[in-house]
Amino acid sequence: MIWFTVAFCLLLLCAFFCLYRLQQGPTAPDRTVAIDVLGTLVVGFCALYALRTGKGFYLNIGIAWALLSFVGTIALAKYLEGKAFDD
Amino acid sequence: MTELGYLLIAVGVLFDIFGTFGLVRLPDVYNRLQAATKCVTLGTCFILIGVALSGPSLGFGVRAILCAVFILLTSPVGAHALARGAHLGGVKLWEKSVVDKYEEDAEKVQEAMAAPKAKQSD
Amino acid sequence: MRKKVSAFILLFAFWLLLTFSVEPGFFVVGMLLSVLVVVLLAGRHPRREWLLNPLRWLWLLIYMPYFFYYCIKANLDVAYRVVHPDMPIRPGIVKVPTTLKTNLAKTFLANSITLTPGTLTVDIVGSDLYVHCINIHTDDPEEQTREIVGRFEGLLKRIFE
Repeated sequence: MIWFTVAFCLLLLCAFFCLYRLQQGPTAPDRTVAIDVLGTLVVGFCALYALRTGKGFYLNIGIAWALLSFVGTIALAKYLEGKAFDD
Repeated sequence: MTELGYLLIAVGVLFDIFGTFGLVRLPDVYNRLQAATKCVTLGTCFILIGVALSGPSLGFGVRAILCAVFILLTSPVGAHALARGAHLGGVKLWEKSVVDKYEEDAEKVQEAMAAPKAKQSD
Repeated sequence: MRKKVSAFILLFAFWLLLTFSVEPGFFVVGMLLSVLVVVLLAGRHPRREWLLNPLRWLWLLIYMPYFFYYCIKANLDVAYRVVHPDMPIRPGIVKVPTTLKTNLAKTFLANSITLTPGTLTVDIVGSDLYVHCINIHTDDPEEQTREIVGRFEGLLKRIFE
């Protein structure tokens, strides 16, 4: 179906915007925000791919990715704050 | 059902584009976080709900909804942590910002962080 | 003990939803993993008496569409500001007080604020929330409080307190 291809291309465009901010971003938090958004976009991509191929396990990948990207974001935020992780 | 699902997916992709466009266009970290958390979170949730509605089986739908719930729960917490980290890490607001109460109360915040955490019932 | 059993049931239900199949192999692996997690992280989660009160669940059900409405509105608002050629934004961090007491209710309030029109919670100190707004309409603190916190506080109080 052509519409799936269009949707994938548009999501890739979003990912490209994120990569632009990742490369350009004047400060470290800017880059972290870009990484966070990129993680959420990957989840959407996984879901669309699951629908396209009809294979449910891509959704499991999406769930795992969402949770891991959350942990990564929190760790990076704590690092930016200049604090130990158990604080 | 399937058509409604495709419509939701289209709306979700559109919101994702707006969100990432805001990420490129807005002037400072905090404003970028606004666009990123709101538009991209809701856009991805719409995509997931659309997938759930037009998916081939019930298991598909349940997993997609579960994923949407996780994103809806985790993304504001991540945004909150990032905004706080950026501010405590010394990133200033955009020069045209009108007010920064957090900076004005910086001493109070430091005090509250240094104080031993009070036990509180949930 | 009751805590551990409830944690086990929650984890196992999550596992069943995730795998969504009735093969015995999945059942056994799920049970083993749930027991492992409960043993490793026993007693780490707070008391949840409010879970047993059906009235609170009803309020939560009312809260969800209400919240969803503001969420959609927020997105249209932010999308408009992003694509507008002049970018009509007036950002800043304001301080708003809340009357909610428990940590759980405050967390819900902060998350709701983050997902609604042009506002993002930066920190909570005591009972004050520091909120970053993308467009500040008014410089009057009371007006700001009513606008940012007021629309959720009443319902959240009914749900959690």
